[in-house]
Amino acid sequence: MAKVVKVQTEFEGRFYEETIVVEGTEVEPWAPEQPLKLVGRPVPRVDGPEKVTGRARFTHDVRLPGMLHGKILRSPHPHARIKRLDTSKAERLPGVRLVLSHQNAPEIPWFRGQTRLFDTTVRYVGDEVACVVADDEETAEEALRLIEVEYEPLPFVVDPERALEPDAPRVHESQPNNLVNGEPEVYERGDVQQGFAEADVVVEGVFRTQTALHNCLETHGSVAHWDGDSLTIWDSTQHVFGVRFQLARALGLPLHKVRVIKRHMGGGFGSKNQAGKYAAIAALAARMTGRPVKIVLDRFEENLATGNRPATIQTLKLGAKRDGTLTAIFHKSILNAGAYAVWAPSASGPTKRLYACPNVRTEDWAVFTNLGPFSAFRAPGYVEGTFALESMMDELAKALGLDPLELRLKNYAEIDPITNKPYTTKGLRQAYERGAQLIGWAERAHTKRARSKGPKRVGFGLASQIWGGSGGPPAYALVKLNPDGTATVVTGTQDIGTGTRTALAQIAAEALSFPLDAVEVELGDTQWGVYAPLSAGSMTLATVGPAVRAAAEDAKKQLLDVAAQLLELPKEGLRVEDGHIATPKGERLPVAEVLRPLGNFQIVGKGARGPNPDDKNVNTFGAQFAQVEVDVETGEVRVEKIVAVHESGRVVNPLTIRSQLYGGVIMGLGYALLERRLDDPRRGLPVTPTLETYKVLTVADVPEIVAEMVDLPDPEANPIGAKGVGEPPIIPTAAAIANAVADALGVRVYELPLSPDRVLAALRGAQAKKDEEEGEEGEAS
Amino acid sequence: MAKAVRAEPEPELEVPVPVRGPERGPIKLRVNGEKHELWVEPRRTLLDALRDDLGLTGAKKGCDEGTCGTCTVLLDGKPIYACLRLAIECEGHEITTIEGLAQGGELHPVQRAFIEEDALQCGFCTPGQILSVKALLDENPNPTEEDVRRAVSGNLCRCGAYPHIVRAALRAAKGLAERPGR
Ligand code: FES
Ligand code: FES
Repeated sequence: MAKVVKVQTEFEGRFYEETIVVEGTEVEPWAPEQPLKLVGRPVPRVDGPEKVTGRARFTHDVRLPGMLHGKILRSPHPHARIKRLDTSKAERLPGVRLVLSHQNAPEIPWFRGQTRLFDTTVRYVGDEVACVVADDEETAEEALRLIEVEYEPLPFVVDPERALEPDAPRVHESQPNNLVNGEPEVYERGDVQQGFAEADVVVEGVFRTQTALHNCLETHGSVAHWDGDSLTIWDSTQHVFGVRFQLARALGLPLHKVRVIKRHMGGGFGSKNQAGKYAAIAALAARMTGRPVKIVLDRFEENLATGNRPATIQTLKLGAKRDGTLTAIFHKSILNAGAYAVWAPSASGPTKRLYACPNVRTEDWAVFTNLGPFSAFRAPGYVEGTFALESMMDELAKALGLDPLELRLKNYAEIDPITNKPYTTKGLRQAYERGAQLIGWAERAHTKRARSKGPKRVGFGLASQIWGGSGGPPAYALVKLNPDGTATVVTGTQDIGTGTRTALAQIAAEALSFPLDAVEVELGDTQWGVYAPLSAGSMTLATVGPAVRAAAEDAKKQLLDVAAQLLELPKEGLRVEDGHIATPKGERLPVAEVLRPLGNFQIVGKGARGPNPDDKNVNTFGAQFAQVEVDVETGEVRVEKIVAVHESGRVVNPLTIRSQLYGGVIMGLGYALLERRLDDPRRGLPVTPTLETYKVLTVADVPEIVAEMVDLPDPEANPIGAKGVGEPPIIPTAAAIANAVADALGVRVYELPLSPDRVLAALRGAQAKKDEEEGEEGEAS
Repeated sequence: MAKAVRAEPEPELEVPVPVRGPERGPIKLRVNGEKHELWVEPRRTLLDALRDDLGLTGAKKGCDEGTCGTCTVLLDGKPIYACLRLAIECEGHEITTIEGLAQGGELHPVQRAFIEEDALQCGFCTPGQILSVKALLDENPNPTEEDVRRAVSGNLCRCGAYPHIVRAALRAAKGLAERPGR
């Protein structure tokens, strides 16, 4: 029976009180030592053949008869009022079918009413002003240039510290202090003042992190098609059910009249967690023109308007006893949220939870500015916060004369410091141990001496990570058994490139005791699928996997019932083995043969995700180690090797999990060394919105990466014993590299990316300080 | 820009260069061994011609400005960015897209190696990566890791499949070399 309960859930590193419906299908967890046939095997991706042949259909690839193309006109001003808008010339261009703007579109609130689908005030360069719908993209683009807009520029602010000053321009009239939610988010445990008073050593630093752009290779986009009063949307999204919900509400439609489909997508990384305006615009335009409408953003728009990892300024202060025991942590983070925000990532997450420390105070200040709004980006807040925290931990180790690893072990949290609950599993100690072994941590002093030559300095660094990734209810699945011994798994989740289809196929086949190729997984469609939440927060597998397993177990139970009656044997003695019914007499009959008398029919197994344990914390952990070589003459940082060891419960597929680990590390590497959006503060204009100017790593930039899992099945977390792994590998990468650079140079770079100019500036700063000190000493003597 | 769009024939030419465009006109393309006649504007890129006119959507449009490599196809066996070529420039050349790689339902060894090594996640960059590798192996059946890296350095992968891509290319090279009849 469905039960409604209030729970604390965790998503993207934040806790929320939620009312959820739980429909417990009780399934015995797979025990850690239980031998499994398919789960845990390096099964190649089930959609591999589609993807390597070009058959895989992405939203970009959807073409419908009579389809029109939309192009969006965006604000060139960071803040302005639209005084006059004339679309008549654009409308007269042959091939143009519709121009949508505030003049003819319904007033649909967006970003919880902070703006509208087409607002008359624009608040960042890239804000939507109008949309041309035409026979082809070229015509739509031409027509954009014919739209006349007269803007009244308004005062704007792009620097978050400036935005916090009392006389700063307001991004939203209704928010006088420019703070998202009107106030900072403060967390406190113990007594921080007292904690610092007890400390033998206190270290403090200010860290800055850059704005990073997702740059999914498939840009955001939708295709909308109406059939009578039913709307179908193909959307490049991480949440088909979310887009359905949002669009139904925006357009005033009942949920069952909206269908959202996403078969394959070219990356999301958090930027596709919600419906974009383009989807609603496409739907409106399709209704008004009576033809399907496709809107696909170009790279430039993608980098202006679809989100980013917001820049932060973080002040961090640690106090510790001489033996390394932390006595107090203070962490203040200012985050540049951009023009609109319905939530804000918290850079202080790791500070609150990674180490056992009795006295902690954190402040998160999320600030509105006239820049493009942020969105979730692979472990939002945690990547930035871990950079600051783990850098500071190394400074503390240095001040105390302790090995960085020893300092971390000294403050190892045996229970969660926020909830005071034990963890279901915590494999961080194993990750440290294995990682240290793989990088040669104990021998590093020798390696450094041997490898540092001329201007090249070699250094080693490490960083740890904690993340959620527990997943949780609600999520549902069906397993349909066909009379020929094949099965279809149906659920409304989506594979965003992580290998969800493959892992779910493995789980279903395992639970059914069917061969893998007898199982097909259908997802990414709200019409077929039963509800599943968004694919984000590293939670898809741990959320949907248990529901799929429960559905498969249910189907298997029914199959055995049916088989027992058909074979006139007691059900207790029957088993399913590799797609066969095994009888106590040792017979093995193919399922198809057993079911033949029933002709054409189907067994439908149903499963739901049960609740998480409420007396334990479910988290994921990891440690990464970096070996770098820094050239003190050019300032160039070359990463020679990264070791990443993570614990996320049971490994369902060692092949695809390695892809995720590599992917996270590589994205983190780009963030550490290269990626940054540059903005022109005088014009409020991002100046790096292309892949020419915003650098992401190529294959040539990738060093040796050793990635391993601590395979620690977690039966208390959920019945499949797996937790998430999508985000963990990006979290500690930049921090480990920054620590290795500091180790190589003897001075720290407090700002990301670790670009040559900053390395050289840090070296110069250290030299100047040394000269000054020597000068003072000279004077004194 | 393509020479065929000159507004006026140059005087010294005896036979005037036919003026094409800006209206739509016929062009002939050979794609994956098949002949196609298209009716497009001269400004149509090869990528749009393939995707929108021929329905060959395996080549992707990640940027439309020559910076990502998702649109990679082979022109006479050499990898090119299809977004940087006009369709009319490609008349008289042999174009191979990802759809033309598998023969008679049999995956090309490079495609197989990409599956076996899991050299992809979302798969959006994959057709381009595979074609870059194929072009390399056609020219150099015995590449070093460095050769592979150079060959796919024009193909971005935001999912970071790079280490597996390199392994897949080397695996495919080995597989091709061991193939009977080579
Ligand atoms: S689409 Fe051609 S290089 Fe990006
Ligand atoms: S597999 Fe996603 S971009 Fe390469």
